[in-house]
Amino acid sequence: MHEEFTIPSKDFSVAGEASSKIKRILKQLNIPPLRIKQIIVAVFEAEVNVIAHSYGGKVLCDIEEDRVQIDVIDTGPGIENLDLAMTEGWSTATNEVREMGYGAGMGLPNIKKSCDELKIYTKKGDHTHITMRFAL
Amino acid sequence: MLYGRAEHCAILPTMKLKEILECVDGKLIWGESHLEDEVKRGFASDLMSDVLTILEDDIILITGLSNNQSIRTAEMSDISNILLVRNKRPSQSMIDMAKELDISLSYTPYSLFKASGLLFAKGLKPVY
Repeated sequence: MHEEFTIPSKDFSVAGEASSKIKRILKQLNIPPLRIKQIIVAVFEAEVNVIAHSYGGKVLCDIEEDRVQIDVIDTGPGIENLDLAMTEGWSTATNEVREMGYGAGMGLPNIKKSCDELKIYTKKGDHTHITMRFAL
Repeated sequence: MLYGRAEHCAILPTMKLKEILECVDGKLIWGESHLEDEVKRGFASDLMSDVLTILEDDIILITGLSNNQSIRTAEMSDISNILLVRNKRPSQSMIDMAKELDISLSYTPYSLFKASGLLFAKGLKPVY
């Protein structure tokens, strides 16, 4: 099963809509609730990252019998220092993002904790592509 | 003198939402069907990424963040009850979203610190 969702830049009024739809799909497939929570936490953090930090992007969801793969691909501007971005508490979020309750510097660390396999391509001035895999 | 761990001081293993609201002089805005919910733990934060680290069930989220993001985050973390502090009233769009997702919304006049302290003293367990 393949689903695609477009994520806008800076529009927090729609933050979580893609994650919410993916959650509904996973529930229908009778995946255990704890596993769904782990998957959705990672997807939601990534979705919020696209809105907060990028020029917009897409979430691609591929569900197979034994695994779920989520690709989150934005259109830039790329992460300058990925090691720092993976550090708990480190954030480049603007005040506007913080007022929304985000920007605690826990996004990528939470994603890493939640998924079984994580690949990140990013480069300053280029885009960011996150691939998350979850065993079922 | 040997002091017991906090766990041993618990008066109640769980609290019903209606007992939580009595404890903090809270008012329910929406979600009467949740008043009998057995809440096992409380978590107080305005940082939604902190909330997203919780994998336990039957939590009440106590927060000063009165916007749609607190409802969305509760949805992702399977949290069914939200308590807003400092008399923060939710917007209509927050209430609509809470209804759609079946999440109760309440508010208390107390601060995040006082509301959490009262509930902790009453025996509501923390997450961490």
